[in-house]
Amino acid sequence: MSALRENVRVLDLLEMSRRKVNVALQSHNGSSEPAHLRILNPAGAHALACGLDAPVSVDIEGHTGYFCAGMNKLAQITVFGNAGQGVAENMMSGRVHVRGDVSQSAAATAHGGLLVVEGNAAARCGISLKGGNIVVKGNVGHMSMFMAQAGCLVVLGDADEALGDSIYEAAIYVRGSVASLGADCVEKDMADSHREQLRGLLREASCGDIKLDGFRRYGSARELYHFKQQNIGVY
Amino acid sequence: MCGIVGLFLKDPALHDSLGEMFAPMLIEMSDRGPDSAGVAVYRNATNGSRKFTVSTGLDEGDWNEVCNQLHRLTGKKVASVQNCSHRVLTTDAEPAEVEKALADLDPLAQLMSVGRMMEIYKEVGLPAEVVERFGISGMKGSHAIGHTRMATESAVITAGSHPFSTGLDMCLVHNGSLSNHNRLREVLRRRAGIEFKTENDTEVAAAYISDRIDSGHSLHNALEACIDDLDGFYTFVAGTSDGFAALRDPIACKPAVLAETASYVAFGSEYRALARLPDIAAARVWEPDPAKVYSWTMQ
Repeated sequence: MSALRENVRVLDLLEMSRRKVNVALQSHNGSSEPAHLRILNPAGAHALACGLDAPVSVDIEGHTGYFCAGMNKLAQITVFGNAGQGVAENMMSGRVHVRGDVSQSAAATAHGGLLVVEGNAAARCGISLKGGNIVVKGNVGHMSMFMAQAGCLVVLGDADEALGDSIYEAAIYVRGSVASLGADCVEKDMADSHREQLRGLLREASCGDIKLDGFRRYGSARELYHFKQQNIGVY
Repeated sequence: MCGIVGLFLKDPALHDSLGEMFAPMLIEMSDRGPDSAGVAVYRNATNGSRKFTVSTGLDEGDWNEVCNQLHRLTGKKVASVQNCSHRVLTTDAEPAEVEKALADLDPLAQLMSVGRMMEIYKEVGLPAEVVERFGISGMKGSHAIGHTRMATESAVITAGSHPFSTGLDMCLVHNGSLSNHNRLREVLRRRAGIEFKTENDTEVAAAYISDRIDSGHSLHNALEACIDDLDGFYTFVAGTSDGFAALRDPIACKPAVLAETASYVAFGSEYRALARLPDIAAARVWEPDPAKVYSWTMQ
């Protein structure tokens, strides 16, 4: 442990500009060498730790602003605080772990990777998700998973209105209540394969001991995005 | 875009530091609203007289004459203090009388606010310049609400900048744009006889809220009524002599962050506006839910 600590590079935003911090982080891109970096005094700054493409571990010690960890590839990024709008937006792989709450549009359009939120997520969590996974241990706001195409959202708390509106082939698991489902989003049966998927995501989010019984699965009724031949006369 | 900040000091021990804590919050929101900035500050409560904050082009000599004339016309003494382009008149005269007399004596004057505690300072320019001009950092008081403006709905002029005040000691700042303000303005004109000074949508929302308060509703209830009657995008922060409240529209279109400690409540469009407040690391920091009124009353 002490040997590992000695290798931690500290980047303090009181001493360095945000651009210099991001350049220092991105200097690892393309490398397969693990590294551990700590960012101090984020003070709600926008666009921290964006565009990383290396198996580095980044700890951000405080609350972050918009688009933290955007476009992440391979990196393991932990925010010890809340994150603003669009955390982990367009993530490709890796893992983003927020110890507090996240604002709107968390993991928007994420293609891969895992976002874990210990607190609550605000509106439009997982909007247009394209294959990434999200585990929110608190509640999610309205219009979460709006037009999500692929990937999963797991919510241990409650979901606000219009969950999964216009959803495509993404999956939603909610343990608490759902205020309302959005257009074309319906509750679906839980088969063994779904339990297996849910169990795997909970394990990845370090809460594998949670019972699966309370969860319900939601997804697309496939009435909205399929063209129906009987409607051809309309066009 | 626009930026909003608010600071409500629950602990009187902090009142001396209001401006010092508040000014950096407003300046941090400069890139959300570089057109104009304004602050409503609650301080120096009078013993019943009213403070009239006026934006004016007149100089000290002219003002001595205006105050004499106001005294003659209203029969009440007038004390007056200049702060850059604004002047605060303190008098027992009725607001309608003062407003009428001012319109004759200084036709270019704009009445920013009337109240026992609240003064409003607002101008076109970068927030840091506006803060400097009015000496906001040195102000002491119980609470302050500020706005940095990026205009969308009306002209970049002092009258169009925030906060708006339409009732005694009441102010409103707004990030967003309302879509039913024209109709609501007509309703308020007809039903409550309210006279509007600008074409600004926020003035309509302020008038709607102060009309509710004048009808006996609390600030909290007046904001709750907004959810049904106002259409459009809004994050509001409103103040009264002893109250502080925030509301976001049901879609939560515009950002908002609240922080609370035992000593204060702070609002920012973004967390970075709050990041340098004392004890912020120990504060409860959260994003207010859509269509939910958060309010505090001074104990």
